[in-house]
Amino acid sequence: MNLSPEDVKHIALLARVRLDDSEVERLSEQLSSILDHFAALAAVDTEGVEPTAHPLPLANVMREDSVSPSLPREDVLRNAPATEDGYIRVRAVLE
Amino acid sequence: MTATATRYETIIGLEVHVQLLTNSKMFCSCAADYSGAEPNTHVCPVCLGAPGVLPVINERAIELISLTGLALHCSIAPFSKFDRKNYPYPDLPKGYQISQYDLPICAGGYLDVVTADGPRRVGITRIHMEEDTGRLLHRVDPVTGEGYSLIDLNRAGAPLMEIVSEPDIRTPAEAREYLVRLRQILRYIGVSTANMEDGQMRCDANISLRPVGQAEFGAKVEVKNMNSFRAVHDALVFEELRQAEALDRGERIPQETRGWVDDRAVTVSQRTKEEASDYRYFPEPDLPPLRFNEAYLESLRASLPELPEAKRNRFLALGLSDHEAETLVETRDRAEFFEALKARIGGDEQRATKLAANWVLGEVGRWANETGQNLADLPATPEKLAKLIQMAEEGAITAAAAKEVFSAVAESGEDPATVVEKRGLATISGDDELTAVVRDAIAGNAQAVADYHAGKESAIKFLVGQVMRATRGRADPQKATDLLAAELDSK
Repeated sequence: MNLSPEDVKHIALLARVRLDDSEVERLSEQLSSILDHFAALAAVDTEGVEPTAHPLPLANVMREDSVSPSLPREDVLRNAPATEDGYIRVRAVLE
Repeated sequence: MTATATRYETIIGLEVHVQLLTNSKMFCSCAADYSGAEPNTHVCPVCLGAPGVLPVINERAIELISLTGLALHCSIAPFSKFDRKNYPYPDLPKGYQISQYDLPICAGGYLDVVTADGPRRVGITRIHMEEDTGRLLHRVDPVTGEGYSLIDLNRAGAPLMEIVSEPDIRTPAEAREYLVRLRQILRYIGVSTANMEDGQMRCDANISLRPVGQAEFGAKVEVKNMNSFRAVHDALVFEELRQAEALDRGERIPQETRGWVDDRAVTVSQRTKEEASDYRYFPEPDLPPLRFNEAYLESLRASLPELPEAKRNRFLALGLSDHEAETLVETRDRAEFFEALKARIGGDEQRATKLAANWVLGEVGRWANETGQNLADLPATPEKLAKLIQMAEEGAITAAAAKEVFSAVAESGEDPATVVEKRGLATISGDDELTAVVRDAIAGNAQAVADYHAGKESAIKFLVGQVMRATRGRADPQKATDLLAAELDSK
């Protein structure tokens, strides 16, 4: 499977990663070879097999609707790039 | 009917997001009610998407969405799962929203609405469960003039269900009525406060026009940013006209997202968002799927209260008018107060129905409007009010006195009989006492007496009014009229 440079640039945009031209070229090859490995899976005959999103025989793992304390705000904001009045401050997000 | 309706048919579908009334968030134990809280004080490592944390499904949220599905005639999927919806906004720090893609919990329901345009059954395509996002505030740096954003994650992870309608709605009025009915049902079953003004219920609308008679749909425009029923209605009216005029000019309507600007009453084009395929949905590996068995659904069905439509039909069968039935079922507490009152009045059912309806739509409704309180908190409970109504029915107090007693009981919660006694509001029973008052009225109002004798029959009403005033409403108006007539005619 061959990913075009445009495919790679689009994926990079979605992942919010900036790539230069040489990286786009290198990643086109590397990502394509990863997809080739998945192509091997596509060759398996799955006729009559239910789609399986979860391999474990578990269902309805739920919790009771009860409240426990949240984090102190200084801990919440500890990894923020910047803060202002208790908010996390980031570059403008276009809606 | 708008002028455009003759050339084009309007096609509307609504996507309604509803916050559920749980104690805790959807996938963690932070308190879900963040109203009035300082920013970022209802946040934990799960909300933050910290490494190594795992979400766990809130079972109450699943009950509430299932109840909603049942109330809207949906089928509940025996097997359902969560998916990741990937997108890059920082209102969810994980970089994705946990939502549902191809196996929503509820599907295939409907909601009936009636407008001046007639009845309409609006299909419910699906109802799925997801987590709410954080709130973004947009600011401008006063020094650099650059824009920036502030994030409050209190809302991030709050349980949110999305109710998607079929494109069955044909007019803006129907769209509003759909929302009114939907909110009424959501409140009846207690799954949400469903206040649009507070964002607990949010509506996006898809609207397109097609020439009358054409089968395929026109290009779909998604309208956002509407914070009230009126805004939804007005935005759709605006879009209907805008698209019709563009089509009349031979223009093509681009598929796009537009935002409603309330103070200018227009929609404006917004930056087109990513394609659906860019969300790269995939099954949420951290959450095992959901399986519903019939016993679980049966227990939910049993816990559903009677819904407004069924109540309305039952009230109509009791002989109430459309308007009375509609007003009584508007809120669940009003409908239940009415039924409790009617049961306690007892006796002849038609009479009890009429009395209970009159009181609930009259004095009781006035109390609720004036105090802004729930009827459950009215000190004049159905039991006390029924006693008061009995006294009025038996003639022990007059209609005017009954209102005064109600006000007192509504204030203090005292027994109506006690109030009547303390305030001396019992109807004047002895003819002698009333005759004295009648004679005083005649003696003191020579002009009215002259008018009466001159053949002006209505003059007696004035005199009855004088008697009522003198007795502070304790006279039986009919009796007073009879006595007045007897006295006047004997002269």
